Amino acid sequence: MNILRKKSTANLPFSETAIELFIRLCGISSIIFVFGIFFFVFREGAGFLFGGLDLGQFLTSVEWQPTSLNNKRYGAFALIVGTFSVTVLAMCIAVPFGLGAAIFVSEFCSPKLREAFKIIIELLAAIPSVVWGFIGLTLMNQLIITVFKAPIGLTMLNGGIMLALMSVPIIVSIAEDALKAVPDSYREAAEALGATRWQVTYRVLLPAAKNGLLAAVLLGAARSIGETMAVLMATGHSVNIPSGPLSWIRTLTATIAAELGEVARGDEHYQVLFIIGILLFTITFVVNLIADLVIKGIRQEQ
Amino acid sequence: MNTDMQASPQTMFTETEIGKQKRWIENGMRIFFLVMTSLMILPLLLIIGYLFYKALPVLSFEFLFTNPKDNMRAGGLWAPFLGTIYLVVVSLLVSAPIGVFAAVYLNEYARENWFTRLTNLAVVNLAGVPSIVHALFGVGAFVLFAGLGESILAASLTLAIMTLPVIIASTTEALKAVPMSFREACWNLGATRWQTIRRIVIPNSISGILTGVILQVSRAAGETAPIMFTGAVFYKAIAEGNLFAYNITEQCMALSLHLFTISTQVPDVTEGVPYGTAIVLVGSVLLVNAAAIVLRVYLRTRKKW
Repeated sequence: MNILRKKSTANLPFSETAIELFIRLCGISSIIFVFGIFFFVFREGAGFLFGGLDLGQFLTSVEWQPTSLNNKRYGAFALIVGTFSVTVLAMCIAVPFGLGAAIFVSEFCSPKLREAFKIIIELLAAIPSVVWGFIGLTLMNQLIITVFKAPIGLTMLNGGIMLALMSVPIIVSIAEDALKAVPDSYREAAEALGATRWQVTYRVLLPAAKNGLLAAVLLGAARSIGETMAVLMATGHSVNIPSGPLSWIRTLTATIAAELGEVARGDEHYQVLFIIGILLFTITFVVNLIADLVIKGIRQEQ
Repeated sequence: MNTDMQASPQTMFTETEIGKQKRWIENGMRIFFLVMTSLMILPLLLIIGYLFYKALPVLSFEFLFTNPKDNMRAGGLWAPFLGTIYLVVVSLLVSAPIGVFAAVYLNEYARENWFTRLTNLAVVNLAGVPSIVHALFGVGAFVLFAGLGESILAASLTLAIMTLPVIIASTTEALKAVPMSFREACWNLGATRWQTIRRIVIPNSISGILTGVILQVSRAAGETAPIMFTGAVFYKAIAEGNLFAYNITEQCMALSLHLFTISTQVPDVTEGVPYGTAIVLVGSVLLVNAAAIVLRVYLRTRKKW
């Protein structure tokens, strides 16, 4: 495409210049939107963030009492713990399955079967989060009550399983890409030494693709952290430091979704919800950035 | 021929103990990974089967074409279903052109420099922003700042920005698949960059672009959080059977929010109705996705280069 770039643009008709300008504008739209998201969320929350909110209390206190009449408390610590604990639980379930499936699809599978599995994984990824929440509310709720004899099945475990099912497709597709990016000469060299498929995978491919696999796990985790409807419906929605998989929790995302509809605009409570939004944006931004750097890192190595 | 030489290759290729062990591990691992992968099919089938079984009593033609009634405890899905169509169509009208042209820029115009890297990074991060943060953005930017109020327009714009990365990613892939020689041939005939894109690059990648657009539809139809505070409303009665019953400056119902409402906020809902809503939502989303898959498979068999 470099040949054309040297061509003078002076003689181009006006329509050509106009359309190029439009295309360039669309091209940078993503940058504008990312900054726009940060700006507008920040703008709504900034007043209280810099004037009034006790940040130490916000990050360390477990008292979330935004609607209390005489003792308003905005301690988001329990919400942060809730978000991270359910994400960790989800990753404990999703990572072994996701990586296992990626290894099978990329190394052990016939091409026809691979296509079939990929389509199924794609369909699994397409199920809307509110439907996962509904499944958590009905099917998984019943299941947890029967299996664990718990009084209520809407627990961290329930939300964790739902999040695991939602993030598995991401983990599989990125991990599979990472495995595929390992040059075939590695596989051939190992096989020539008499290694079996599993030995090749375990000793050669996994070490060679470890950065990509890490990125897959990170992106799966980012998806879990940002997920809203499923955790809102399936985790019991009670502000609580969890003591085990069967305790109720509440996440950052679910808090915004549940409370934004009930607050008056400009209120302290309203602004705190936007501050939680800034926190979420920052967390997922950093995780995505790390994953991107990790992926870019491998590409440069090869 | 002496017998020694005949025997020796046989002994050489008899399986040794280590070889046998290796084969067992190999087969064991293969089966282990097969089981792991298959375990992911199970929830998909189970969920669809379960929802369908529970929804069977209410599923009918009428269910889709009547409004919810009795404070949403019974009735059909007409208002939410039409609302979802409105939201999807309006968001598509915004995000399809921007997304396709953004991909054209990234693939055909952008040089390899830090700015292009930044743009690509922005696309990745836009895809990673949590849906509820998109909702906050929608409230801050469209509902309040732009003064659109809670309306179909504000909700659709929020959805459009959220689903933009889907279109950019798949369009970029489609454009990349067009061989460089096609462009070079066209340039050599004296065509400008835009002429080449319009006459050669886009026509040759149109089905790939369409796949991306279809996936955007499926994604937008299922989202709940971004529309909750920007334009979707718990209940709104509209004329049954009238496709133009909504005004885009007003609020609408949506399938996804309707499912959330009747399964968590409304007491005593008729047994099958939430399941029916869920199966209609999952069904339409999966159907749209299936269409994209069929298009892609068909494309691959027909590819000329």
